[in-house]
Amino acid sequence: MSTKTERIIGAEAVVRALLEEGADLAYGYPGGAIMPIYDELYKYQDKLQHVLTRHEQGAIHAAQGFARVSGKVGVCLATSGPGATNLVTGIADAQIDSTPLVCITGQVASHLLGTDAFQETDVISISAPVTKWNIQVTKSQDIPAAIAKAFYIAKSGRPGPVLIDITKDAQLGELDYAYEKCTGVRSYKPIPETNIEKVKEAATLINAAKKPFIVFGQGVILGEAEAELKALIEKSGIPSAWTVLGLSALPTDHPLNVGMVGMHGHYGPNKLTNECDLLIAIGMRFDDRVTGTLDTYAKQAKVIHFDIDPAEIDKNVKTDVAVIGNAKDTLAKIVPFINDAKHEAWHNEFKEYRKIEDEAVIIPQLEPTKEGLTMGEVINQVNKETNGDAVIVSDVGQHQMFTVRYADFTTTRSNVTSGGLGTMGFALPAAIGAKMGAPEREVVAYIGDGGYQMTCQELGTILQTGAAVKIVVLNNEFLGMVRQWQQLFFDKRYASTVMTNPDFIKLAEAYDIKATKVVKREDLAGAVKEMIASKESYFLEVMIEKEDNVFPMVPTGASVSDVRLS
Amino acid sequence: MEKQLYTISVYTENNPGLLNRIATIFLKRHINIESLNVSRSEIENVHRFTICAHMTEVAVKKLVGQIEKQIEVIKAYYHTDDEIIFHETALYKIASNLLFDKREIQNIIKNSHASIVTVNPEFFVIEKTGFRSETEALYDELAPYGIMQFVRTGRISVSKTEMKISEQLKNL
Ligand SMILES: Cc1ncc(C[n+]2csc(CCOP(=O)(O)OP(=O)(O)O)c2C)c(N)n1
Repeated sequence: MSTKTERIIGAEAVVRALLEEGADLAYGYPGGAIMPIYDELYKYQDKLQHVLTRHEQGAIHAAQGFARVSGKVGVCLATSGPGATNLVTGIADAQIDSTPLVCITGQVASHLLGTDAFQETDVISISAPVTKWNIQVTKSQDIPAAIAKAFYIAKSGRPGPVLIDITKDAQLGELDYAYEKCTGVRSYKPIPETNIEKVKEAATLINAAKKPFIVFGQGVILGEAEAELKALIEKSGIPSAWTVLGLSALPTDHPLNVGMVGMHGHYGPNKLTNECDLLIAIGMRFDDRVTGTLDTYAKQAKVIHFDIDPAEIDKNVKTDVAVIGNAKDTLAKIVPFINDAKHEAWHNEFKEYRKIEDEAVIIPQLEPTKEGLTMGEVINQVNKETNGDAVIVSDVGQHQMFTVRYADFTTTRSNVTSGGLGTMGFALPAAIGAKMGAPEREVVAYIGDGGYQMTCQELGTILQTGAAVKIVVLNNEFLGMVRQWQQLFFDKRYASTVMTNPDFIKLAEAYDIKATKVVKREDLAGAVKEMIASKESYFLEVMIEKEDNVFPMVPTGASVSDVRLS
Repeated sequence: MEKQLYTISVYTENNPGLLNRIATIFLKRHINIESLNVSRSEIENVHRFTICAHMTEVAVKKLVGQIEKQIEVIKAYYHTDDEIIFHETALYKIASNLLFDKREIQNIIKNSHASIVTVNPEFFVIEKTGFRSETEALYDELAPYGIMQFVRTGRISVSKTEMKISEQLKNL
């Protein structure tokens, strides 16, 4: 913290402030209204690496991938108008998935605001519903404080994206620069106080329960509460399931890990949601993809909800006891009140359902005997090569659901996917960001042939930066997930889901990326081995049986206990 | 659960973007804003939104939760009519000749406890403060004579119990 000031221009203040916040990496795309900041980035390039993506959407998804694996704030930059609007999908994605981001957009000079000037867009209004906070800065002097506040808000409490829109004159004008980190905003309480009585009430319910069931979400990861979660479940012996975004908070092979809940979750966890006597939700928000119809969701059970965000309590599911606070803190507080238990008979119910699911769904997916390749067997093959230690990025569609069902995880913050928004095109740029956020780790991205073509221009970013991501395109020549719904609910009318694809191998090779295509099962293991062994980026395309489906499935509007195996 | 009119009071920092953010929260849930008023509050630099809307109690609780989530919102409350003292003000612009030609108008004004704000050769302006039903009743009485312009403010209200904002601010 420096108290003496220096006379510099706003654009330099932006870069210096980013450095003060520990941001030495930013993703972005230049343009007229943000050129002064880019000029400073040029001067500071030995301290702050700027990654030029091929589209602003690529920049923000990369920043998201970076933030998700590193736990740091992702930073991205874009120019005014189309640059700013191209960020919007990623901002909405980060908002619904609680990813900390600071987005900086250039804006036309303040005297032009409201005149429909060239590339003027009211990005503050556009982004308001999908940002945790946003602000337009029109005076150079206000820049350092705005950036300090932005970082504080983005990462504190329930994280989220913030946007700072800086007019060109504010970037060019001089200010007396001094940087002071933000330590509080008087109208904002990031972590609400925990009521210890509620902790005790929750413990009493847990100790009395015969069939308790834990469902944990990303709140555990965001709150860095993995160890506390483990302590709770190991002491209480409670079977625990994850939401898509909670995945990797608990290792896949943990004996108390019973699988995933939700639309394509595991059979037992869905069925038994409607048989438990106590549902303990931790850092999750009862999304409709998790609950199915609320009318018949866990009605027999008492509900405990641990969350940092008071607005989540009773939003979708009425709770009996709400424990507000950071999961790291609230879980640590509850453990001493919990009795040791095993719940063996109850566990056996999960095991019985698991057997049924293994037979009907899992074994045929992972060790298929039919001719066509399955997505599950590809993922299984990668598991074998990585031992579950890789960061796994997935796009949106069938392959995403196969990925979250079948990818193995040993380490937290390793599952990067667009959960709440379901943004196709997310994975490739997010994988680039993830690799930069965890350079020492293997990063594998599973992407459908549809979603791949939404952001495959980011191969250019890989070419330019050398980011060693492993890209696996699971090609079923369909917009598979939509096709599955058409098959199940629209009498196989495959409206606009058939894909005529380009030669993906040539495309990868055009970007100087080693590429292999697998069509036959016998070539899979070797190709996966070569991909994982590669020190550089690698592109693997696997031709998948065209009309394979993801099961189990809770159809929209159905009850979780009506989960279908076929 | 039944819908009823709630008065939502929101104490905020002064940020021009907040009106937009708060309005979006209603819009997203298809809740019609019946009236909206923004003014200063009893605390320096703290603004106060007073918003009226019909909804269920479950809905208003969630809505207030979402409003409070906004970074620059200090605190939001919701009240039913019996928990607050509230008023609206209406202005009625009427042609001046009526004041002299139609004697009944003078009686209407007198009986309704409205006051005359201004009179000039062309028009005069009546102001009436009170409940919606009262400003509405006066409207109905004046309408047959011809109202040149009519306007009514949003509801403003104070709660019967304390809202403890200053204390909240100290704690934050
Ligand atoms: C940007 C965007 N547009 C549309 C959708 C709707 N959608 C969800 S899954 C899907 C199909 C994805 O197809 P593909 O990428 O080939 O993956 P697959 O399901 O075949 O694994 C579509 C179109 C979406 N999620 N995101």
